[in-house]
Amino acid sequence: MIKYYTFKIKRYLPNETPKTRWDEFRVKLNNMERVLDGLIKIKETMDGTLTFRKSCAHGVCGSCAMKINGKNRLACQTLVKDLPEIIEIEPLPSLPVIKDLVVDMTLFFQKNDKVLPYLINEEPPPQRERIQSPQDQHKILESITCIMCGSCTTSCPVFWSDKEYLGPSALLKAYRFLFDTRDKATEQRLKAITGQDGIWRCHSIFNCVEVCPKEIDITKHILKLKRLAIKKGFKGGQE
Amino acid sequence: MEINKHYFDTIIIGSGLAGCRAAIECIENGTVGVLSKLYPTRSHSTAAQGGIGAALGNEEEDSPEWHTYDTVKGSDFLGDQDAIEIMCYDAIPTIIELEHMGVPFSRTVEGKIAQRRFGGHTRDFGKAPVRRACYSADRTGHAVLFALYEQCQLRGVRFFQEFQVIDIVIENQAIQGVIAINIKDGSIHVFEAKIVIIASGGYGKIFKVTSNAYASTGECLSMLFRQGLPLEDMEFFQFHPTGLYGLGILITEGARGEGGILINGKGERFMERYAPTIKDLAPRDMVSRAILSEIREGRGIDGQDYVYLDLRHVDKKILHERLPEITTFCKIYMGIDPSEAPIPVVPTAHYAMGGIPTDIDGRVLRDVDGSFVQGLFAAGECACVSVHGANRLGCNSLLDTVVFGRRAGKAASSILKSSTKGKVKKERLALIIECLEMLKNNKGKETVASIRKELQQAMMDKCSVFRTEEELKLLVDEIKTLKERYKEIEITDKSKTFNTDLLEAIELGHMLTLAEVIASSALQRTESRGAHYREDYPKRDDENWMKHTLAFQTEKGITFKYKPVKITRFKPEERKY
Repeated sequence: MIKYYTFKIKRYLPNETPKTRWDEFRVKLNNMERVLDGLIKIKETMDGTLTFRKSCAHGVCGSCAMKINGKNRLACQTLVKDLPEIIEIEPLPSLPVIKDLVVDMTLFFQKNDKVLPYLINEEPPPQRERIQSPQDQHKILESITCIMCGSCTTSCPVFWSDKEYLGPSALLKAYRFLFDTRDKATEQRLKAITGQDGIWRCHSIFNCVEVCPKEIDITKHILKLKRLAIKKGFKGGQE
Repeated sequence: MEINKHYFDTIIIGSGLAGCRAAIECIENGTVGVLSKLYPTRSHSTAAQGGIGAALGNEEEDSPEWHTYDTVKGSDFLGDQDAIEIMCYDAIPTIIELEHMGVPFSRTVEGKIAQRRFGGHTRDFGKAPVRRACYSADRTGHAVLFALYEQCQLRGVRFFQEFQVIDIVIENQAIQGVIAINIKDGSIHVFEAKIVIIASGGYGKIFKVTSNAYASTGECLSMLFRQGLPLEDMEFFQFHPTGLYGLGILITEGARGEGGILINGKGERFMERYAPTIKDLAPRDMVSRAILSEIREGRGIDGQDYVYLDLRHVDKKILHERLPEITTFCKIYMGIDPSEAPIPVVPTAHYAMGGIPTDIDGRVLRDVDGSFVQGLFAAGECACVSVHGANRLGCNSLLDTVVFGRRAGKAASSILKSSTKGKVKKERLALIIECLEMLKNNKGKETVASIRKELQQAMMDKCSVFRTEEELKLLVDEIKTLKERYKEIEITDKSKTFNTDLLEAIELGHMLTLAEVIASSALQRTESRGAHYREDYPKRDDENWMKHTLAFQTEKGITFKYKPVKITRFKPEERKY
């Protein structure tokens, strides 16, 4: 089934005046096509200046997160048939826009760097693999599927009002290592996430869970981090 | 124009598995800068699903010797056996090392790295399928890439993300550095270095239906080729048997490894006829040909151009635990639940066996005489060692990236002290900037999109699974015409900020160069071997063609030289499964 859709796209062109405007494009798409296909058609046939990120086009690389009809999603994973005929597209909120739908994600990635995002284990490794039971591996199963698309953190009201907050994505990364039985930097990492910009700032608003394209229950993971922090003597609500 | 200059001991182009693995070696001995068109973890390695091969023997008896045999046979005896042996024996410590770096592999009940069956991997020299693919559900590439990138961060590797390389500077048969655009603001950056390692990945976007990412356009290979360096075995391009119908999205071979079967329109498990011993787990070239043969003979589903991959009989728990990603793809893109409905599939352009010729340490070859470009290395899909020969086995590509990424990194580090700092001359820089400005300001009636579309369609129609002289000749002419038309392209976006319009135009120019190399290489090889199937020459011809093709650009156009295949242990035999 082929149908016309109206793409209303928020443009940001840093060298033009005014810098910001809304453009409308009519695009013919079939019911297997995605918002990304629509954007590509517009760029190829109507306006070559339209700018957005893309790469894998099937929801694994995390390049094309944007706000589509009010919700952060991956353009490559959102089928047009599941949307109304008018599709409104904006860049991810609360990050500086570089051009059109491309935001500057530097701040987002910097959050990640703060939680020591790598396995730390200084013990000499065994000859073969470190043993980890399937049950233990399952503890991090959900958290390792994160593709760092930025949908969660930029949907978080706490992050909107305070850019110092680590945000759901970075906290999920902390979880991924804190609950990995092979990691030995528990204290160090808990210290990094229990300051005034860390886990205690999460108010369980669940926006992150609602938008995550990999359906990760991020809030649940943050709750588990809070429990672990309490257990290890890192108290909440204190400086 | 203001130019930003940088110096690093080693520059790596590409931040996928090969690039990150190489960086981890190089940072031990000097400064390392990694350039990537994307944010590093968005590299296409992240899309690899099913597994990474190593004869760990965690699930059943296995040996690197069997792995070597399978890879040689899978390559249709075109793979260099010395390199294959290195890969299969290095596989074990390399995977263990990855685990130590933090890769979250799926586990056996004893807590060891879990392993599954994969196409063409057998026990005891072809007797039956063996569990050799180490996996992290069906997100193995993602799991490995994140761990390697994280280790690079820990070790202080400097990443230049969203930097597109526009020139790889070779003068006096030695690498000098690279020139890149910072996509964000359009600024030009010169990176001088002692060593450059190219790890830029594949170029599946040359074909219409592909599992590859938009970024997989292959410009680095073209940049070398245009400077007179050879490209090896470019006629061998793998079509993965199971791409989602209409989209080309990959459905891992692991799905068949976990028990999935292919069925045709008559409900037959047709692979039994093509590969009686290992059936659906035959190598990809054979399965892709089988699927398309069924379709050609009218046995597609309802006579249409696809077959089914049936997972309905596979335990739901296995689908959920080991194949969650592809299950989700089916639900999102096809609206079907693979535990209840079969998946419509058709072969999709997937992997380049050919590429930049290297030795077993990643050194880039200049000619068939074995001479090298001083200081230049390549690893991963962009390179051709050759371990995959005419057809790569599943789960050997991730293995190739980490084994040879590591080896290239070690070899590069070992010559760092004795290497001289590269120098990018002003004239060279001026020339590339001039080309860029010309492309940006060119006036004409052609668009990037229309030429790209025609190229991808032509490659799909005439240079995919089945090939003939007649069609390949037409294709070469068509590409030449497209190259002429490319001179008439006009781009819309004239800005400096995040100008993807311009970048796509640059990529297209290189895609046209590569396409001509692929088509011409396919035309000259008058035999069928692995993924290169010539309907007019349906037999393998060891007498005349047991050799690697090296394509060169000369004033007379593309010319070919040949390099012998290294045969050590396994003598060529008829390939039956």
